[in-house]
Order: sequence, then structure tokens, then C-alpha cells
Amino acid sequence: MILTYMEIRDSKIKKASLEALSEAKRRADDLNVKCGAVLIGEGLKALTEDVFKYGASQAFLIENPSLGFYGPSLYATILSDLAAEVSPRALFFSATAMGKDLAPRVAAKLGVGIATDCTQTSVSDRQLEVVRPIFAGKAFASFRFSSEPQIASLRPNVFPLLDPVSEQGEVIRKEAEVSPDQAQDQVVEVIKGEGAEIDVTEADIVVAGGRGMKEPDNFSLLKEIIALLPNAALGSSRSAVDAGWVDHQHQVGQTGKTVSPNLYIAVGISGAIQHLAGMSSSKYIVAINKDPDAGIFKVADFGVVGDLFDVVPALKKELEIFKE
Amino acid sequence: MNILVFVKRVPDSESKIKIDHDKNQIDKHGLNFVMNPYDEYAMEEALQIKEAQGGTVQAISVGPEESMATLKKALAMGADEALLIKDDAEETYDGLRQATIIAQAVKEKFSDYDLLLFGKQSIDTDNSQVPTMVAALLGLPQVNVVTKLEIEEGSGTAVREIEGAAEKVQFSLPAVISAQKGLNEPRYETLKGIMAAKRKEVPVISLEDIGIENASLKPKLKLVKLAPPPTKQAGKKIEEEAEEAARQLVEFLHQEAKII
Repeated sequence: MILTYMEIRDSKIKKASLEALSEAKRRADDLNVKCGAVLIGEGLKALTEDVFKYGASQAFLIENPSLGFYGPSLYATILSDLAAEVSPRALFFSATAMGKDLAPRVAAKLGVGIATDCTQTSVSDRQLEVVRPIFAGKAFASFRFSSEPQIASLRPNVFPLLDPVSEQGEVIRKEAEVSPDQAQDQVVEVIKGEGAEIDVTEADIVVAGGRGMKEPDNFSLLKEIIALLPNAALGSSRSAVDAGWVDHQHQVGQTGKTVSPNLYIAVGISGAIQHLAGMSSSKYIVAINKDPDAGIFKVADFGVVGDLFDVVPALKKELEIFKE
Repeated sequence: MNILVFVKRVPDSESKIKIDHDKNQIDKHGLNFVMNPYDEYAMEEALQIKEAQGGTVQAISVGPEESMATLKKALAMGADEALLIKDDAEETYDGLRQATIIAQAVKEKFSDYDLLLFGKQSIDTDNSQVPTMVAALLGLPQVNVVTKLEIEEGSGTAVREIEGAAEKVQFSLPAVISAQKGLNEPRYETLKGIMAAKRKEVPVISLEDIGIENASLKPKLKLVKLAPPPTKQAGKKIEEEAEEAARQLVEFLHQEAKII
């Protein structure tokens, strides 16, 4: 079996988890093994429909009122116990904040290897092989595993969802023994950001500003563009963050986040090597910069040489016309 | 508060990464090495906690002899002591190997500690594994990607970054915390600090000294291949009046990229 951990936020399964499950199903088919999903928390039964839609034939539910909030020590114990019981060939996570926090703890408890933030998986000689960026994408490393379960976390927004099927699967309930000492690091509150912000790692479109934005208030220009585009998020270069213009959670690059959206629009970003590393794997890249020699144009599919303070408002108008 | 801070020597973020295909490793020639940027936040946080509450800060690194420079930086920033665990193995990208060494070193060499601080990831392997694995191997609580930290007697509260929100986590001490950018503003070393760090003896111990045989550290991951990123060709570049440029751009987004 390949088992995929399904992350639940706001009583829903995260899209990134369904992507990981879809990829697990493809690899499970290659290996001719079952595809299973595991859910931890409360009110799980309602969520099983989704996992059967996206490839799972078995759903393991570990339900307990004390599991409503995430805690790495507790969740890792539950997952490693389950893995010891069902002996999956592989265990997949999505490389979200939770996945990156949880998967290594499970791996260490099981004493097995893990590959973080993979962007490709394949099977050859009945062995899983994964590819993952290192140095924020300045190089790519392929790995095989010399231990089982083979654990991998998969980068959000990279793996396509399966076409949903209306299949029913088997629901398997497991009891979790929750002892207080395992609740040694539990979330007590989720603090929402202002508005329904989309994270750069999960957005289909990233509109990012750099030093060329000149001052923090000018980022409102980009936010107006973001409002006109579907599932778009605000990104930024390191210099804009270091200048205090935007919060570091928006930073894309080697000391920020590595992103692979469908579209990356770089506005007033020169394209330092550490920034390019973090966004070059975007499907389409658009650059707006007044310096025709800016490094960002070397990776741009569509470059506009011009003053962003003219081009961005004009782009807003054109998008509004297009929408009508 | 007695705090252990783990620091790693990595190529700086401006480095161009070349691959030595014969060795199946990154070509280290000409690279400029620095303290992993996220480890600087961990160092700074440790120093601030010590300044507020007293205690000690010890900086520890696992790696080749050259990691001494990284430890000297930690001392110059204000660490009381430093320790180098010498490990000359080539990079395996296996977080469990590194975590096993660190957990064993903590068990063997340190008995009285409240906090283990790390950077949230090292910018070379990008594993984001070692702090969590050390916590698991030592049975300690963990909070990763921390942007706010409050430590009290026997417990603490941390805020960690998640997608579009933050989580507030309560934990008991001792604990493993990994630092994210935004936690603080790392200080620069003072000249006085640098001079004092130069004079300070830093003990160097081997894996054998902490009871690890290299053979027992066989990586659980097998590096098959290293490759450069796919080369990206520059596409169209236009220089038009803003209105015309915007019109062509929207046409591109609609017809070619099919995004709108």
C-alpha cells in the first residue's frame, strides 16, 4: 500500500493533500499496490467521500475529540503506530507547513529516510524514485530509499489532481490512545491573517514586487491586480522584505519560499540569483522592469520593459476590460 | 536557561551551484561559505533569552574542520562556548544521519539544557528535517518555523507560520525550536566579540568520542543523481507604451498561457 496523510484545515481536506493522494494513486498503480488515506481529527466521516474520489480505496480514520488541534508529537505517534501495523511501502505527505513539521517526526520514529518537498515521483525496478530541488532549486537531486516505508512530502501545486471518480471505499476506524505526555507540543489557537489570504506556495498566480516598488504603499497597486486574478497571492523579493515593506511570509527565494505557480508576475524585481532559484520553476513568468538588462528577463516568457508605475495601472485597466 | 544552538556552514545564497558529476556532489570550489541564515535567527533568539533570563548559550556544529569559522561567528555574536563535532562525510542529504549524530551528542555531552534552537532549514539541502528528527530521537516537544517565542519556567509558547495564518503552540521544556525569518533581527558581531572569539578555545570531538561508528550511519536515502535545473529560455520582450504593453500582456495571458 501507499498511504497518504490527509491534512485537514477548517474542516476540509487541503487541496495539496488531494494532489499528494492523486500522485500516490498513480504510483500505487505502477507498483500494483493499494492506495490508502489516513485522516486524524474530528468529524472525519464526512471527508471520506473526497479521498475515495481522488484515488484511495481505504480510508483510515483516527477520531478523537482531543485531536481537533494539531500536535506533532501526538500525530506522529499515531501515524508511526499505524505504519507499523499496516506496513505501507510508502507514506506520502504534502509539503505544507504541517507536512514538513510532521513527516520527519514520523520518519525518525520509524528510523527510515524521507525526501522533503519532492517535485517528481516515479517507479522503476519496482522502486520509488523521487526528485527534489536543493539549494532552493539551483540543483535537483534524485533519490531512492534504502528503508521502508519510503517517506516523501510532495510540493503543493505541482502534482495534478486525478479526475474525480464516484467510487466507494472501505472505512477503517482505529483507536488512538492519547496520553497527556504526548500532548507536549499542541496547537492551542490558529491565528488567521487579515482577510482570506492565500499563501504564495498554494496560489495559482503569484504577483511579486521588489525594490522597484519604491515604498510600502505602492504594493496596493499589486493587490489591485491580485484582486482581478483567480487564486492569486502577493509575493516579494528579499530586498522588499528587508526594507520592511512587506511581511517575510511573502518572500520568494532562497531565504524565503520556493514556488511553482502557473503564473509568476515579477514587478520591479531585478532577478538576483537567490530570487530566481525560488521561482524559476513557475510555468509562465512575466517580468515588468524598466531596466532592459535586468536578470529577470532571462527567465521571463513575457517581458515588458517599462516603468511599472505606468504599466501596472494600464494592466489593471486591461484586465478589467477583459473581465467584462 | 541553558540553550544549545545548532549552526551549520553553508554556501551563501548568492552562490552559483555547479555539479561535480564525477563525484556526484556539489562542486565546492569558489563557493563562499557562511552561517546558515536561519541559524542566525536561532543564535540571536538564544542570546536574547539569556540576556533576559540568565543562563548559558552553547553553539554546536557538525561538519568538517572549516565549520570552525561558523562557530567563531557564533562566539563573536555572544555564545559562551562552542563545540565542533567533526564529520568529514560528503553530504548525504539524509536528515536522519545528521539528526542521529546531534541527538547522540546531546545525550553524551550535555545533561542540563532547556532549549535546543535550530534554523528552520539549511539553505543547502533544504531538508527541513533535522530539528524535528532530533526532537523525535530525544522524545522532546518541537515547534518549527517559529516567528515568536516566549519562554517561562518549565514551559513556553511559540507562534509558528502556516499557510495564510499562524499557529500558537504551547509546549513543555526542554524543547526543540526552529527559527524562521521574522523572529528577530540578528545582531552583527562587534570587534571586541570577534577578538574574544579568536582567542577562545573550541573543543573538537569526533563521532567516535560520542560513541558513533561511521558505519552505523548508513544513509537511508540513496542519492541517484544531481542535475542542474532545466534551462529556461527567455521569451518575448517588448518595449511599448504602457497601454499597448498591457494589451499585449493580457493577450499573452489569455491566448498563450491560457490563465485568464
